[in-house]
Amino acid sequence: MTNEPNRLRPPNPAVANAAAATEQRPTVPVSASAAISTRELSVFFGNDQVLKKVSLEVPAKAVTAIIGPSGCGKSTFLRALNRMHDLVPNARVEGKIQLFGQDIFAPQIEPVQIRRRIGMVFQKSNPFPTMSIAENVTVGLRLNGLRNRASLTERMEQALVMSALWDEVKDRLDAPAVSLSGGQQQRLCIARALAVQPEVLLMDEPASALDPLATARIEDLILELKKDYTIIIVTHNMQQAARISNDTAFLYLGELVEFGPTSKLFTRPLKKRTEDYVTGRFG
Amino acid sequence: MDTANHRRRKLINNLMQALTCICALCVVAPLFLVFYHVLKSGLSSVNWAFFTQLPKPVGEPGGGVANAIVGTFELLALASVIGVPIGVLGGIFLSEYGSLGWNWWIRFGADVLNGVPSIIWGMVVYALVVLPTKRFSAFAGGIVLGMMMIPLIMRTTEEVLRLVPVGYREAALALGIAQWRAILQIVVRTALKGIVTGVLLALARVAGETAPLLFTAFGNRFWNHHLADPIAALPLQIFSYAISPYEDWNKQAWAGALVLLMFVAIINVSVRLLTRDRFSAKS
Repeated sequence: MTNEPNRLRPPNPAVANAAAATEQRPTVPVSASAAISTRELSVFFGNDQVLKKVSLEVPAKAVTAIIGPSGCGKSTFLRALNRMHDLVPNARVEGKIQLFGQDIFAPQIEPVQIRRRIGMVFQKSNPFPTMSIAENVTVGLRLNGLRNRASLTERMEQALVMSALWDEVKDRLDAPAVSLSGGQQQRLCIARALAVQPEVLLMDEPASALDPLATARIEDLILELKKDYTIIIVTHNMQQAARISNDTAFLYLGELVEFGPTSKLFTRPLKKRTEDYVTGRFG
Repeated sequence: MDTANHRRRKLINNLMQALTCICALCVVAPLFLVFYHVLKSGLSSVNWAFFTQLPKPVGEPGGGVANAIVGTFELLALASVIGVPIGVLGGIFLSEYGSLGWNWWIRFGADVLNGVPSIIWGMVVYALVVLPTKRFSAFAGGIVLGMMMIPLIMRTTEEVLRLVPVGYREAALALGIAQWRAILQIVVRTALKGIVTGVLLALARVAGETAPLLFTAFGNRFWNHHLADPIAALPLQIFSYAISPYEDWNKQAWAGALVLLMFVAIINVSVRLLTRDRFSAKS
């Protein structure tokens, strides 16, 4: 995980000076603190190559946004990270992915182990309809073998507080999860993912189906969560990427066009295509 | 000219409407015919003794079909022991595991089996069970009904599992839950009402089967004390009473038909009640 010469990120003079400092700005990418790094990651569905040799280093405890037009491979990239493509019969993944330095495709690694360390929130909120609010939050723990009622309750409360839902649901934890509003359901899904205490949180357009108010709450939540978690968020909404992310990757037609600090990518992009996209000239 | 044309159109429209309406009535008319006849001819013989007593010998008035009613329930219980686990698990395989090619053949096989005439099922079980054991038995009757239930339950289970949105499976797996656990405790739980419905409909279907029981369960004029002995069943009792030359028995056949019809109707109504709020749980 050394700095690759072909990295798209421009050298940042501040990095060298601050190298000794223990507290670094989260936007500063340091290989040693990369949570996830991909090397020439390609994904095929049958004969279609959807992702083309994407090499990316995602810094820990920061928000990394993946942007790009529809069909550019954003979600495919995200789903490769927690091995969701294992479930698709004709999907094939090539290249390397490391999670805190560990190869997630190593033969002795079970996808289940990886998915416990990498939580995921989907575009369409999907709380389990047969379960109550409380059961939805604890389901990941219960089905992974945690039986102790006291610690289940504790972790549930913790997760609901973290996802900023506790005050709204604490009096009706046994109500069906589907009785919540759309925005609340999405925060419940975030709580459900947080309850198993992952290290990384993948978010696939988590706010695209929500109204502006609910979107704002999710964004506040993401900014809060990045203190403890590495977050990778796929978004269609460039303002959203600009508001909440530290780094942004721009994908186009399955290729990584540009990756760098969000402020830079949106104001002084290196590539013409990035500039066209972020200024709304295409896509 | 123009108005004449309109009048003609209107006339044809009304004619067609009447025609389709008559056809629709023809579809449900047999139902009322059956109910009316069975009620009229059977109701007079349905009394307390009919449910609680054994059949009386020819010429002696009164008596009941208690053994046949209990026998039918015993046969259905035996059939469920065989048909429900195999059918449900097979349906889970078709929906959740398996490859496209294999599943096509399995599905095709199940559909062919659903069309096999019931007398052929009876002959097969006669050859496989009755001949080697050298006796008609409740076991043989339960086995044949159970085998008939398997493809029915398998297909309905598969269909209702497919209705469970993919998002729930992904959410469960992304929590690091093992696939078998996710299937049993989340996917199957979400579709449970539909699966129960399929089981009930299969029970209703085989409850009235007569032909396969003729040379497996065989029928019995007394209580069955051991499942390795022949056993009475309502359809068998109706059959032997209906073809008998005695008026008493003919009356009892009508009464038996009424009881069987009510039983099947009750199952169908409970299925309706079960499925009524099936889609309200989904958002």
